[in-house]
Amino acid sequence: MAATDPIRETVNDVYQAESRRVLATLIRLLGDFDRAEEAMHDAFRAALEQWPRDGVPSNPRAWLVSAGRFKAIDTMRRLKRFDSLDEPGRTADVAVVDEAAWADAESVEDDRLRLVFTCCHPAIAPDAQVALTLREVCGLTTEEIARAFLTPAPTLAQRIVRAKAKIRDARIPYQVPTPAELPERLDAVLRVVYLVFNEGYSASSGASLTRHELSGEAIRLGRLIVELLPEPEAIGLLALMLLQESRRTARTSPTGDLILLDDQDRSLWDRDQIAEGSRLVERALTMGRTGPYAIQAAIAAVHAGASEAAATDWAEIVGLYDVLARADPSPVIALNRAVAVSMRDGPAAGLTLIDAILDRGDLQDYRPAHAARAELCRRLGRTADARASFERALALAHQGPEQRFLERRLAELGHG
Amino acid sequence: MKYLCLVYLEEERLKEVQDRECQACGDAFRQSGVLVAAEALEKVATAATVRVRNGRMTVVDGPFAETKEQLAGFYLLDARDLNEAIQMAAKIPPAREGSIEVRPVRELAP
Repeated sequence: MAATDPIRETVNDVYQAESRRVLATLIRLLGDFDRAEEAMHDAFRAALEQWPRDGVPSNPRAWLVSAGRFKAIDTMRRLKRFDSLDEPGRTADVAVVDEAAWADAESVEDDRLRLVFTCCHPAIAPDAQVALTLREVCGLTTEEIARAFLTPAPTLAQRIVRAKAKIRDARIPYQVPTPAELPERLDAVLRVVYLVFNEGYSASSGASLTRHELSGEAIRLGRLIVELLPEPEAIGLLALMLLQESRRTARTSPTGDLILLDDQDRSLWDRDQIAEGSRLVERALTMGRTGPYAIQAAIAAVHAGASEAAATDWAEIVGLYDVLARADPSPVIALNRAVAVSMRDGPAAGLTLIDAILDRGDLQDYRPAHAARAELCRRLGRTADARASFERALALAHQGPEQRFLERRLAELGHG
Repeated sequence: MKYLCLVYLEEERLKEVQDRECQACGDAFRQSGVLVAAEALEKVATAATVRVRNGRMTVVDGPFAETKEQLAGFYLLDARDLNEAIQMAAKIPPAREGSIEVRPVRELAP
């Protein structure tokens, strides 16, 4: 048996490297997620039996795809035979597979993109898009996804089953969107990726280890999309994720408390991720059609480029927020811009802008708005106003670390 | 595959979409060969709801929906897949005033 162990290892390696590509192609060939998954597992099982005897094929992926396809057709034939015992009138019509289609290298390369766009189809419920993408594109198990999202596994499994049923019943096509549909559909895909990232990044509870892996998964997914579809916003999002991830170890204290950007130990920032993120930002910005992800990444890159908080180029950051506010005129962006203005022009200028946002009736229940207002009041020596805003923010905070942070700030105010 | 595109609209917004616009939309669908059927509906106040329970029929007025939007019409279209049906639904004029629910038609079991 010892002789077969290296082969077992090879099969395992091939599974790690190729199973998602094999699945993506089998879904196209067989037209059904469940059938494709079963066929893929059959194919790997066949590899375990045959490769030790016949040797590892020169193109393992092609071997696995055709083995999976063969197994699936075989299964369908057998099912038909059982059917025809009950209904002798029916002819045994086995799904015909287009031989040319699966041999076409370009189609095969597009299969992973088809899979991404199908899993992130806007007709599927958003939480199901996330679950399906992690399951089918990233190959996580249902249990792993459930743990990371703090959701019971049966709930998650049901979400995935329903999504697959919808793909089948509503006939959601397995295709890359047409150029006319692409911007909107790519937005939906990037939204799923960023959601996965943030779920892992804003770790708030005990399961922070699995959540960290979720951010890693989102970055891997971001890389895949950039590789397959190097659109400026896909590149921008990957850059943004890398630049945020670079600060992971610096943004929480050993006791799990939140540390603001200004107070972080910058020697803990991951230099490789910053370098890669900054290169990607430049690439996205020079492509034109600059979107919100690329601009946010550019802002993160400016922060990353400052050796200490005091050296931050706030004028540059305010300029980028101006561009961002034009692309996405939301109150949250306006709030972030106000904070940047306060760093460039002093707390009074920022406070005027934040009060204008709140006076319009926007962000009344948005914790960061009140926390930012409190900080600026504190810096202006308006202790009573600062206390009122910190208390408002505290009332809106849910997560442990955020709560503790605000309580600390309130205590530091003293009695003024 | 057939998709039923159900047009939902608030009653007071009905007048925002001209009949001839809907007529033209239906004609365009017919010309491209995707139209199976299309009709506009009278206001929801004209409707009756029929139920049969234990063999007895009851009729009431309604439906009583919580939402202000009501079913204003439908287009039954023949599309290749959901993406094509969505593209077509976006061309239905009331889409800009209300919403279009795109529902795949289910084949009844033999």
